[in-house]
Amino acid sequence: MAAAAPLSLLVLLLLGPGVWGQTDPPRDSLREELVITPLPSGDVAATFQFRTRWDSELQREEVSHYRLFPKALGQLISKYSLRELHLSLTQGFWRTRYWGTPFLQAPSGAELWAWFQDTVTDVDKSWKELSNVLSGIFCASLNFIDSTNTVTPSASFKPLGLANGTDHSFLRYAVLPREVVCTENLTPWKKLLPCSSKAGLSVLLKADRLFHTSYHSQAVHIRPVCRDARCASISWELRQTLSVVFDAFVTGQGKQDWSLFRMFSRTLTEPCPLASESQVYVDVTNYSQDNETLEVYPPPLTTYQDVVLGTRKTYAVYDLLDMAVINNSRSLNLQLKWKRPPGNGYIHYQPAQDRMQPHLLEMLIQLPASSVTKVSIQFERALLKWTEYTPDPNHGFYVSPSVLSALVPSEVAAQPVDWEESPLFNTLFPASGSSSHFVRLYTEPLLVSLPTPDFSMPYNVICLTCTVVAVCYGSFYNLLTRTFQIEEPSKGGLARRLANLIRRARGVPPL
Amino acid sequence: MGLLSDPVRRRALARLVLRLNAPLWALPVAWLERTMRSVGLEVYTQSFSRKLPFPDETHERYMVSGINVYGILRAPRAASTESLVLTVPCGPESTNSQAVGLMLALAAHFRGQIYWAKDIIFLVTEHDLLGSEAWLEAYHDVNVTGMQSSPLQGRAGAIQAAVALELSSDVVTSLDVAVEGLNGQLPNLDLLNLFQTFCQKGGLLCTLQGKLQPQDRTSADGPLQGVQTLLLMALQQASGHPRGAHGLFLRYRVEALTLRGVNSFRQHKYDLVAVGKALEGVFRKLNHLLERLHQSFFFYLLPALSRFVSIGLYAPAAGFLLLVLALKALELWMQLHEAGVGPEEAGGTPGSSPPLPATQRVGLASLVAPLLISQAVGLALYVLPVLGQHVAAQHFPVAEAEAVVLTLLAVYAAGLALPHSTHWVLSTQAPDRSWMALKLVALIYLALQLACITLTNFSLGFLLAATMVPGAALTKPSGPRPLCAALLVLTSPAATLLGGLFLWQQLQEAPLSLAEGWRLFLAALAQGVLAHHTYGALLFPLLALGLFPCWLLFWNVLFWKC
Repeated sequence: MAAAAPLSLLVLLLLGPGVWGQTDPPRDSLREELVITPLPSGDVAATFQFRTRWDSELQREEVSHYRLFPKALGQLISKYSLRELHLSLTQGFWRTRYWGTPFLQAPSGAELWAWFQDTVTDVDKSWKELSNVLSGIFCASLNFIDSTNTVTPSASFKPLGLANGTDHSFLRYAVLPREVVCTENLTPWKKLLPCSSKAGLSVLLKADRLFHTSYHSQAVHIRPVCRDARCASISWELRQTLSVVFDAFVTGQGKQDWSLFRMFSRTLTEPCPLASESQVYVDVTNYSQDNETLEVYPPPLTTYQDVVLGTRKTYAVYDLLDMAVINNSRSLNLQLKWKRPPGNGYIHYQPAQDRMQPHLLEMLIQLPASSVTKVSIQFERALLKWTEYTPDPNHGFYVSPSVLSALVPSEVAAQPVDWEESPLFNTLFPASGSSSHFVRLYTEPLLVSLPTPDFSMPYNVICLTCTVVAVCYGSFYNLLTRTFQIEEPSKGGLARRLANLIRRARGVPPL
Repeated sequence: MGLLSDPVRRRALARLVLRLNAPLWALPVAWLERTMRSVGLEVYTQSFSRKLPFPDETHERYMVSGINVYGILRAPRAASTESLVLTVPCGPESTNSQAVGLMLALAAHFRGQIYWAKDIIFLVTEHDLLGSEAWLEAYHDVNVTGMQSSPLQGRAGAIQAAVALELSSDVVTSLDVAVEGLNGQLPNLDLLNLFQTFCQKGGLLCTLQGKLQPQDRTSADGPLQGVQTLLLMALQQASGHPRGAHGLFLRYRVEALTLRGVNSFRQHKYDLVAVGKALEGVFRKLNHLLERLHQSFFFYLLPALSRFVSIGLYAPAAGFLLLVLALKALELWMQLHEAGVGPEEAGGTPGSSPPLPATQRVGLASLVAPLLISQAVGLALYVLPVLGQHVAAQHFPVAEAEAVVLTLLAVYAAGLALPHSTHWVLSTQAPDRSWMALKLVALIYLALQLACITLTNFSLGFLLAATMVPGAALTKPSGPRPLCAALLVLTSPAATLLGGLFLWQQLQEAPLSLAEGWRLFLAALAQGVLAHHTYGALLFPLLALGLFPCWLLFWNVLFWKC
């Protein structure tokens, strides 16, 4: 009897969501997607995207029941009246020259930018609190964001989602280039996923493999989107993205063949039961002309062709919800083998105030074709106050990476597609017309060594001793050599003489 | 003899030989690029060209153009903010192919490792220092020496440390460590200690200045050898010429040293694996650094690899030497003061009366004229040789490089005639006191210059102080004039240079005959001028514009007409 009571309770708990799910159609949905792209340099990039969409107006209604959408982030949106939130934590640097254009680039370190609703009165206060809360959620040092590294760009960061107005005074942007990203940041990020890392694509998210890569970038993007084609009401979209670049040279022993198991030391066994869509895309576009072919195993059931970032690409598609994909071999281990080895319009400048706000320089430049444009900024190295030096001053001081946002003309015109139906990797940025696509690139952070005083022990001893000796010797010498005399009060200064003159003129006895 | 005495023919022949010479050796750029790419590096090239101010006869080059090849190993999950450099200089004289091979092997090994936190740049430079100068200037986006080079396509953040590798022969029996850089700059002592630790660990035989490390310190040989090594290092540092391809890195605050594999015909031979292991160790240690090397000494002298003389020990020596000048100047000032004040205001307190009237009475003209004339001679010494080389080569049967050196010597010798020319300008009032005033000014001038030099390049400052101070202190118009003149001439900057060369060769256990020494002296003069114009070495302008005019003032004092 004692054992039966908990058992029945358990059954009830299990039934609960199921019953609810039948009566009320789920207003939230999860789509997960993995894109594997062999890069021009021979490395392999894997981009995970998990998109949770919730048809609910978080700000208007008092929402208390959360199903797929993480409660921590939902409460954040309603408490701080957020319109958009973009947080990325990156270790490494996306080498555009060798890897091609990324779906979504992020600067090295931590980057946070948020648009607040226009009902927010004190944006700076909300921003400060928001960064502190996020710091707790993601175990990152976002609490170091303050006025000295926050800027309000006026042109570069437009809202990515549904936006009524773009008054950029509700935008805040900050970068922490020194932030080191590691497992402790990955774990809370994984916990936000509805299936955690138990099933579906997230099984592959094994920390020791993800951090054994050349590039690791994880991000959280929250934005409002249209609920349907009429766009009468909004839905909230949470996108969790994670991009890694596997070094084919190190992991593949020089060969460019790869498999899911070799990259992640896991295979896909089952889809996430909560996901409405779970797909793996493999870029099988034939880049080179010289009959260089590649072979994906197991052979894909369907392929997908689209114009991505201005070029036509072909993807092999594996749908995990399709039982045939997994059932053939009890698990899905994608493999790829190479049959042959491959071969000025606007300037906005906001000067810095020392220890208050950083410099912000925004330029709108039209670049001529095949040209090199160099933007150089002169600066002077200054001595800091002695408490402002970091514990490792000789390491240098970081200058945040600069951001390049561009509308690049496409080689191939893209077809207008249904936003909800197309794969996730193609809908990160709002469509900007068929003839061009949006690209955002970041430069590497700059390490500047400032003039540093000698913080070594002898120097400190010399400074301290000199101070003590000066103070003690000065006061003692003063005491010993001073002779004390009683001095008659003087006749008075100029003021007194003037006063007496006036008094004499008035006929009053002088002071 | 007859054929080559005509400068036009000589130049034509030289050009022909240069053109013939050029294709004989060239960096195999395509092969290097291919190989570096195959081991998984990002490969870039940089072409540069530089026209030297006059033909460099030691290295046989004039219009230099070359290509630097470098490959960057990108550290995984690092944002390319910091990097380390392994550089191998290549050139027609030292092809250094063993070092290139070792570098490529190291690159291939490093590429497979996952622990790198800093990018590593593998750099092959052509035309030794010119190549690395071009690369460094382009990397830091500055142009200080008029080098023409293409901009770099790939960068890897702030360079934290650099190691230059030279293997002159196929057989390596010992590794020589060179630390002295341009203008006598030294890397942080920790870099040297790091390397020494790995040498000891791997059982490699390391030498400093080509001298073995003394094994037992008890015998009399040990200290003697230490002194020899110390002197060699001081002379090398004083010359201000970089002793290896690392020398120019120091200017950009990159700690760097050169390792030179030497075949000194010993029993012991090392295969390159041992050298490679030591290098791997050094790079892994540098990779782990959180900050730039800054904890240890930047100013030191090395009697042995494991011992150093710190600045606290040697700086007082130079300080005492300069004190002689200061005391002498004080004495002269007192004398001048007494002479000026004594008869008239004998009762006044000596400290309170201003010294100005004394100098005014001496006459400004008698001070300014020698000063201006000696500075003008210095300026001529600095400017004329390079400016006038073409004129000299047209009118005399000499090549440009010779013309430069001979003009140098001619202007230098003409400067010695200065005292006889200055007397035309001077009025002969109060002759006794005016030489005192001139000497006072010269003493202060010399002391200030030497103090400044000592602070930046101790060896040079000390060498100049040790030679110039006795002469400067003893010089006066009265007394044994020929003896004093001989002393002054022997301690003039040029004579010091000649003496330094002889001492250097003596310490290297390769004594020179007089004729050889003279030839070496001429070559050193040309190299000094060239190093100033190509790399920005400061020794030549320092001597020409600073110390030589100062020395001329003393020469002037000696031949003062009383």
